[in-house]
Amino acid sequence: MKVGIVIFPGSNCDYDAYQAFKMVDGVDVEYLWHGSDHLRSPDVVVLPGGFSYGDYLRAGSIARFSPIMKKVIEFAESGGYVMGICNGFQILLESGLLPGALMRNSSLRFACREIILRVENADTAFTSGLKQRQLLRMPVAHSEGNYFADATTLSELESEGRVVFRYVDKEGVVTAESNPNGSINGIAGIINKRGNVLGMMPHPERAVEQILGSIDGGNIIKSLCVTKS
Amino acid sequence: MKFQVKVTVSLKEGVLDPQGQTIGNALLDLGYESIMKVKTGKIFTLEIEAETEADAARMASEAASKLLANPVIEQFKAEVVR
Repeated sequence: MKVGIVIFPGSNCDYDAYQAFKMVDGVDVEYLWHGSDHLRSPDVVVLPGGFSYGDYLRAGSIARFSPIMKKVIEFAESGGYVMGICNGFQILLESGLLPGALMRNSSLRFACREIILRVENADTAFTSGLKQRQLLRMPVAHSEGNYFADATTLSELESEGRVVFRYVDKEGVVTAESNPNGSINGIAGIINKRGNVLGMMPHPERAVEQILGSIDGGNIIKSLCVTKS
Repeated sequence: MKFQVKVTVSLKEGVLDPQGQTIGNALLDLGYESIMKVKTGKIFTLEIEAETEADAARMASEAASKLLANPVIEQFKAEVVR
């Protein structure tokens, strides 16, 4: 299978994402330039973390209009798998591929630390190798990760099992302290209705080797690769 | 004709504004006890070449709804200044 990692001006997790997917057997990875207007037929497109276009205006708001995003939107609408991590999640929201918005962290501080996630839906292409309510450890690193959606959207997400990851404490309980950004209902990652577009604030690509402190992120990446091949 | 249009973007009612709250608390610390609430926002000044004032205002509103504001959390107001 082939994974395309999009590079925007200001992306800085592109290489980590490249390595993380490359570690999975049978996966070819290539970079896709933001100014390009073709995707070179990938099976999965990844929008990596970083500060695309300097986060000017709002995180992700300018990247959303770059030439390659037209193709990414078409790809997603035709059922292609798209994963947005951190700034990539912000871009997916700005482009309307996922509902809601990410606001400034309620602490007003850049949150850079290890968090614990609870798998809320193990029945997605991105979580197929994980167990329902399994706890995962990986880092977050962002200023705008405070997920917000209006009441109607939120109840839709919750009732349809589209909240895929939630911040919890080490007992697996949603608490204010375990939530790094004030995100509503402790939401860390969501998926679209069709189940092919996932956005998440934490960085699975930074938790793929024991030497990095955790391999839990690698298991998300592997799940997706297994689903696709 | 050239028009200047001021677009003010602010958070919708009901959307938490931690920056506004923090600024409000700082003002309280400075002794401004009668400043009850602070809301933050952004102002964009657009120079627009258009036939009429109404055209300029329309274009600014369109630009604001497409890019300057995020309709999920923000609202905007476009005013022709001159």
